Amino acid sequence: MLKLEARPQPSSFWSYGSPILALLCTVVIGVILFVMLGKDPVRGLQIFFWEPLKSGYALGELVVKATPLLLIALGLAVCFRSNVWNIGAEGQYLLGAIAASGVALLAEKNGSTLIVIPILLAGVLGGMVWAAVTAVLRDKFHANEILVSLMLVYVAVQLLSFLVSGPWKDPLGFNFPQSKTFEAAARIPRLFTGSRVNIGVLFALAGVAGLWVFLFRTRSGFSLQVGGLAPAAARYAGFSSRRALWTALLISGGAAGLAGALEVAGPIGQLTPYVPAGYGFAAIIVAFVGRLHPVGMVLSSILMSMFYIGGEMAQSRLGLTKSLTGVFQGLLLFSLLACDTLVNYRLRWRK
Amino acid sequence: MTHPRLQLTGITKAYPGVVANSDVSLTVMPGETHAVLGENGAGKSTLMKIIYGSVKPDAGEIRLNGQPIVIRNPKEARANGISMVFQHFNLFDTMTVAENVWLGLTRNSLEQVTASIIAKANEYGLDIDPARPVHTLSVGEMQRVEIIRALLTRPELLILDEPTSVLTPQAVEKLFVVLKKLASEGCSILYISHKLHEIRELCTACTVLRGGKVTGVCNPQEESNASLSRLMIGAEPPQLEHTPQPTGESRLLVTNLSLPREDQFGVDLDGINLDVRAGEVVGIAGVSGNGQKELLYALSGEDCRSPAGSVRMGDKDVSAVHPGGRRKLGLHFVPEERLGRGAVPTLSLAHNLLLTRTGSIKHPKFAGGWIQVGKLESHAADIIKAFNVKANGPTAAARSLSGGNLQKFIVGREIDAKPTLFIVSQPTWGVDVGAAAQIRGEILALRDAGCAVLVVSEELEELFEVSDRMHVIARGRLSPSVPIAEATVEKIGEWMSGLWDQASAPAEVQHA
Repeated sequence: MLKLEARPQPSSFWSYGSPILALLCTVVIGVILFVMLGKDPVRGLQIFFWEPLKSGYALGELVVKATPLLLIALGLAVCFRSNVWNIGAEGQYLLGAIAASGVALLAEKNGSTLIVIPILLAGVLGGMVWAAVTAVLRDKFHANEILVSLMLVYVAVQLLSFLVSGPWKDPLGFNFPQSKTFEAAARIPRLFTGSRVNIGVLFALAGVAGLWVFLFRTRSGFSLQVGGLAPAAARYAGFSSRRALWTALLISGGAAGLAGALEVAGPIGQLTPYVPAGYGFAAIIVAFVGRLHPVGMVLSSILMSMFYIGGEMAQSRLGLTKSLTGVFQGLLLFSLLACDTLVNYRLRWRK
Repeated sequence: MTHPRLQLTGITKAYPGVVANSDVSLTVMPGETHAVLGENGAGKSTLMKIIYGSVKPDAGEIRLNGQPIVIRNPKEARANGISMVFQHFNLFDTMTVAENVWLGLTRNSLEQVTASIIAKANEYGLDIDPARPVHTLSVGEMQRVEIIRALLTRPELLILDEPTSVLTPQAVEKLFVVLKKLASEGCSILYISHKLHEIRELCTACTVLRGGKVTGVCNPQEESNASLSRLMIGAEPPQLEHTPQPTGESRLLVTNLSLPREDQFGVDLDGINLDVRAGEVVGIAGVSGNGQKELLYALSGEDCRSPAGSVRMGDKDVSAVHPGGRRKLGLHFVPEERLGRGAVPTLSLAHNLLLTRTGSIKHPKFAGGWIQVGKLESHAADIIKAFNVKANGPTAAARSLSGGNLQKFIVGREIDAKPTLFIVSQPTWGVDVGAAAQIRGEILALRDAGCAVLVVSEELEELFEVSDRMHVIARGRLSPSVPIAEATVEKIGEWMSGLWDQASAPAEVQHA
């Protein structure tokens, strides 16, 4: 009989091996899924794991989707490492998109492209404000931040539909619930011609470096993590848990808001009810699969982006539903949680 | 010829990186009280867990009453007449005594269990009310519950793991009466301890372990403390020099500090008065759970709800100052819990320095400061060397160290900061004899250098060794101080029950 046996200390091999094993499990279950749906599993895997890498344009699209995921995940990693369970990044992302749209709609037809700066700042601020609501409720009233941040996602969605079907509705838009398309000056500058990759990816990469420095080289980053690893030690050292709460939530709110601004003024180009694409939730998986490490999250955001693109292509090429993306994301997270058992336990044969 | 009750031959158990037991043999005769003596990390606990079936040995044989036996789990151990009382109690606070005992004996009804508890309690003079909820019991009473629970299985062999560490001297005497009666009825007892005088009083045989190996089998009543120490640590602990010296100005002044408990099972502090002066060591004795934890939280600043003016450092009111602020004023504190409070288990020793030390932080204005990793690690390496810490370098995780070595590191971290006021809780709790002597020596050196030192400990011997004056804490109240020359074990023991004035009468300290 197989038995789980506690390890004397966590295995460092499996803390890296577990995400890879989880990916393998996801692939195996995916193959079974394709077979059960009556599709060629080789073709299915090709669509998820090869098509997104096939051409320069495909790679560009991969980066376009990975950018918001990575930005949000970087912020969430700060939260999760400090034991602040912000799962409402989707709402903070939306508020960033809404605030950025508010500025973008002010742009004039031949105005200066420098308006991009206030657009992005508005996005960051919008995300921070939304996260601050959670922080205030937790700080002043001891409200559970998991519930509050999650519920605020739905408030943000309602706010979005109010704006696009009311005050900000495009008067020439045939009554569709969406804003007018932003002026060219208000669009996020692209990096290359022939690809939708924009300067957002630079922000994300700067964020990776910034987060690494913050977590591993600054005393603030250190004190936040002590609060997550051993709250009593943080209290003993005199690291304020309130300060940790606020720092973590403002950083992650700001990062999610920035992602929202980059998305709405970038690939989308107008405020529509389709802005909430689930990036805020998918980023939670990105953060954990990437082991809350800046570099790990680069890899996991690319993987998660493949699932998004693969899901869309499975719809057009195989006639499968787009929800397959969600299925794959869920499979990956559950496999990871299961595989993480191996970090602290080992399998043994026992009579 | 009677068979030995328990005979272990060649027991070996290796964990990755450490051999806990190597070729250990042990023989316990019926009715014998057999001591297992050794420092922390000598392999006592592993050996007991092997006997009790919770750890499987790699090699070796166990014979019970002459018959070879394989004990796969604690349930089989109990079925074979082996019972164990652990150092840390396994009781549910919110349930009554009878319900707790009942948990292990589901075949009986609660009424039957209650009746048998009363019967056993009367038989051995273990006074206990089965209907009381466990959280209202004192630690000594909780231990009685554990012992009764063990006795109800009618053991032929009873294992006790450091049973006196939580008891007042008077409660220890009561426990010894019970154990002697049990032994006279033929029950064998394995008694784990590192307190030499207890072993000499109680045990007629002794197996000494060091580094997982048996270093001696003897009759402790025929040995001296020195010879037992030699077997246990390979050397005699150095004698401490405690020379009287005049005290300086007041460094910590607590005036009429009352503080309601923070958590449900805590203790309210009630009118605490305390003065610690430069160049003296003040000790606080008491049975655990009488307000030590709460008092230390209030002194360290981890709990800064103290009323204004009640806690002063020098001429500064620090009642509302957080730990970082008090540290800047020269207060350094070593908490009782090493892993999780004094140190972050998963972080390296070097990073654990950052909890209380800022020597390797540059530009403190920017994001709390830049961590100079090289400087941090060399600082940690210096402390490791200066305080003789056995560790795999400054990058070793805190949890990879043994309790004694981690304690040396934490004490070293705080002493290295040259404090003007040093507070330490349970400085040598779970620390081996060699390390304990070293830590006590450091405390005295600090005092001689003019630092004000406050030591909170449950080990009376330790307090008598290092203190100049002693207080006793009981039920959230602090006794007046008594100079060490006038303190006796009997007097302090009485005070531990709260009897330093006529106002309080009950003999047993409530743990509520």
